[in-house]
Amino acid sequence: MENQYAIEMLHITKKFPGIIANDDVTIQLKKGEIHALLGENGAGKSTLMSVLFGLYQAEEGIIKKDGKEVKINNPNDANALGIGMVHQHFKLVECFTVLDNIIMGVEPNKFGFLQKDEARKKVVELSDKYGLHVDPDAYIEDITVGMQQRTEILKMLYRENEILIFDEPTAVLTPQEIDELMQIMKNLAKEGKSILFISHKLNEIKAVADRCSVLRKGKYIGTVDTKDATIEELSAMMVGHNVNLHVQKDESVPGDVVLDIENMTVASKMHKNNAVKNVSLKVHRGEIVCIAGIDGNGQTEFVHGLTGLEPLVSGKVTLCGEDITKAAIRRKILGGMSHIPEDRHKHGLVLDYSLEDNCILMNYFDPEFTDKFGFLRRDNIRKYSEKLIEQYDVRSGQGPITIARSMSGGNQQKAIVAREIDRNPELLIAVQPTRGLDVGAIEYIHKQIVAQRDAGKGVLLVSLELEEVMDVSDRILVMYEGEIVGELDPKTTTEDELGLYMAGAKRDEVKA
Amino acid sequence: MSKKILRNEAFQSLFASFICIILGVLIGYIVLLFINPTGAGEAIMEVLKNFFHYSKANLQIKNFGNTLVKTAPLLMCALSILFSYKVGLFNIGAAGQYCVGICASIFCAIQFGLGWLPCMIIAAVCGAAYGAVVGLLKSYCNVNEVISGIMLNWIALYTTNMILNNVKETTSPYTFHLNTHGEQAMLPGLGMDKIFAGNTYVTIALPLAVLTAVAIHIILEKTKFGYELKATGFNKNAAKYAGMAEKRNIIVTLMISGAIAALGASFMYLTDYEQWSCTSSAVPAMGFNGIAAAFLGGLNPIGTIFSSYFIQHITNGGAYVDKTMYCSQISDLISAIIIYLCGFVFFIKYTMNQILDKQEEKAALKEKAAAEANTQEGGDK
Ligand SMILES: Nc1ncnc2c1ncn2[C@@H]1O[C@H](COP(=O)(O)OP(=O)(O)OP(=O)(O)O)[C@@H](O)[C@H]1O
Ligand SMILES: [Mg+2]
Repeated sequence: MENQYAIEMLHITKKFPGIIANDDVTIQLKKGEIHALLGENGAGKSTLMSVLFGLYQAEEGIIKKDGKEVKINNPNDANALGIGMVHQHFKLVECFTVLDNIIMGVEPNKFGFLQKDEARKKVVELSDKYGLHVDPDAYIEDITVGMQQRTEILKMLYRENEILIFDEPTAVLTPQEIDELMQIMKNLAKEGKSILFISHKLNEIKAVADRCSVLRKGKYIGTVDTKDATIEELSAMMVGHNVNLHVQKDESVPGDVVLDIENMTVASKMHKNNAVKNVSLKVHRGEIVCIAGIDGNGQTEFVHGLTGLEPLVSGKVTLCGEDITKAAIRRKILGGMSHIPEDRHKHGLVLDYSLEDNCILMNYFDPEFTDKFGFLRRDNIRKYSEKLIEQYDVRSGQGPITIARSMSGGNQQKAIVAREIDRNPELLIAVQPTRGLDVGAIEYIHKQIVAQRDAGKGVLLVSLELEEVMDVSDRILVMYEGEIVGELDPKTTTEDELGLYMAGAKRDEVKA
Repeated sequence: MSKKILRNEAFQSLFASFICIILGVLIGYIVLLFINPTGAGEAIMEVLKNFFHYSKANLQIKNFGNTLVKTAPLLMCALSILFSYKVGLFNIGAAGQYCVGICASIFCAIQFGLGWLPCMIIAAVCGAAYGAVVGLLKSYCNVNEVISGIMLNWIALYTTNMILNNVKETTSPYTFHLNTHGEQAMLPGLGMDKIFAGNTYVTIALPLAVLTAVAIHIILEKTKFGYELKATGFNKNAAKYAGMAEKRNIIVTLMISGAIAALGASFMYLTDYEQWSCTSSAVPAMGFNGIAAAFLGGLNPIGTIFSSYFIQHITNGGAYVDKTMYCSQISDLISAIIIYLCGFVFFIKYTMNQILDKQEEKAALKEKAAAEANTQEGGDK
């Protein structure tokens, strides 16, 4: 009888200090299927995939490819077996071009000389065939996360991998990009490639996956055919109880202006034009204003300009009545600005610091954490971090002393959100606050954001996810090519109308 | 249990340092074998023995003192490099800052007749200022600190030669002895010469250097300042996001580094143990050996105290190699080889972890095989 499984991971156990990340987990990937992996933050999904990709060695269990047991000691072994992986946090060399990243390690050469033209041809062919649009000569540090992801996918296709692992590929994508990716994945599966797909978004899993395996706290819960399961069932299977997928909130009661932006212009790093052009807007106390838009339309630069990570070309910013246009970042923080950054690894965390040290990143100088001689008050830091960990359910191997780098992506995000909300700011700037979180955690974070609003704070939410935009916000501003092109009321508008604004097909003159 | 120890970070650092030392000695020995096989064993023993070369106890003690005298400045250079390294900066300019320290201490002592404390303070200030140049270039002009550091080293060297030319003997290239031209500037010994068999070069420099190491350890691990500096070193984007003044931190760090290196110079030259040769054509090796000492010490200020001593120990020991069998440069060569190998601490640590991983995996496999065999037997019955 012919073996129907491309990959079998049988009774895998992988331990880390203080935690069993995978506890006797078995999953079987059929040939040509899309198999989803679902589980809460820290359930052990990435760890399991890293075992398959040879980044970690399991203490127990075996891996079979096409029915034969194989040893995968490092990513090169995995590659030789045709296994490729797109990591949750991309592994690209920032100062190299897209093309260089794709061919890295398998550079075509003649007598040791690079044959880049040949490589370029193949990359362009692949990118046309699958609709993965990238500029082969752009530098990674200059391109959007969406493009970085396409680069990662091309990297796998270039190596002619048969088994493709996608670790939360959609967390960083726009709805349009997600639709494209879903289509690409379906095409790849049709060609006979087998795909393992991790996502926290149940509708995506319903849309593309044939089967879905669920993990909870390192343990294997079960595998279901996705067409037989409802979204509610899946989420209950994952967290162990029912989850409310919609945000409950009262009518907003806007108060005074917290943030007033006048004619803000920010330069672009990618091209000579400005990324943000003459944007004016106001955020009041007690309202959640959402900047919606397709990724790469200036939202990143807008937030960087606002928070001080990048200089402004022109414009004026007022926070709680104080002109902070030229203020230092520390001044803005002390003035009541809180910022959940878009890139958690680049800005949000010091990955080599412990979780507790990351909890005090914004206020380590506070008398609560530093005594008058400049010494850190370790007891208080420990107590404070334990409080955050408890309250926001940040899961990790060793609690406060866990090195942030070793935490699961979702839990890193929860730590940042906890830190930024707990500082009790006047204005909360949340960029993709629920990126990479499981449905339970999303529910909790959304509640916290609404609670901030109800406590009379201003919230500026930047999100690429239509559902989040429609659900959470009180007022939607659409950004297109660096300009605000529409102001919508989430109660009266539809996702379709919003989509038209986002695509630039419709625009109003907006007066802030 | 023993596995746990092998995985322990501190143990690994220590172990790796020892491996490096052994490898260095071995390679040094092989090189000696190639040059002249008959005296190789003896020569390498001399290097390791250093002051044990002498058979009389009081000579041993006295020469032990000499090694300690030079350990103090080396430790300071190592600390200078370590401190900036923690902030993500490679202060190769420590050598030049050390040189500036020499210039300031000797000139103030002889030309202005200042006491030792003002001499030391002025040296530290000059070193800080010199470090600040690197910092300013780095933070405002984005000039790599290694490049500007190397160039500033040369500037420091020739400026020192030029300035100290005013306070040198007429018949030799060396600067005046402090005990004849600037006795007021000599570091106090606090009676330590009695312990070291009348070696008057042993002064407060050594305890001060050790105190500096402890202070740096405390600053980095226990204070807000250290928290901020290390955050900048690990992730400067996050530091910026958190509102830390990264530009200021870079400058302050290099100023402190510069001050430490320059203080190290005064620890050496205010003892009158050595005089500066105004025809020097290279910056003193102290600053570069500091790099090796910092790494051999596992980038830990306390570990650096011991690694600095060791490196100075073999550097001094090199002087006892039989010059009739080997040319006079051999001593420097051998110590250089050992010091060079000391830089491999991190490589050794990495290899160690790799080997441990492999072993653990094998053990796990064996266990599994045994367990399987057991169950099968069980099944057969
Ligand atoms: N290298 C490591 N060292 C120590 N602990 C680790 C390491 N990698 C993962 N862990 C721990 O193992 C657990 C599982 O992590 P993993 O990254 O697999 O979760 P995940 O299911 O991918 O979660 P998420 O949805 O948040 O990405 C976490 O508690 C994490 O802290
Ligand atoms: Mg993960």
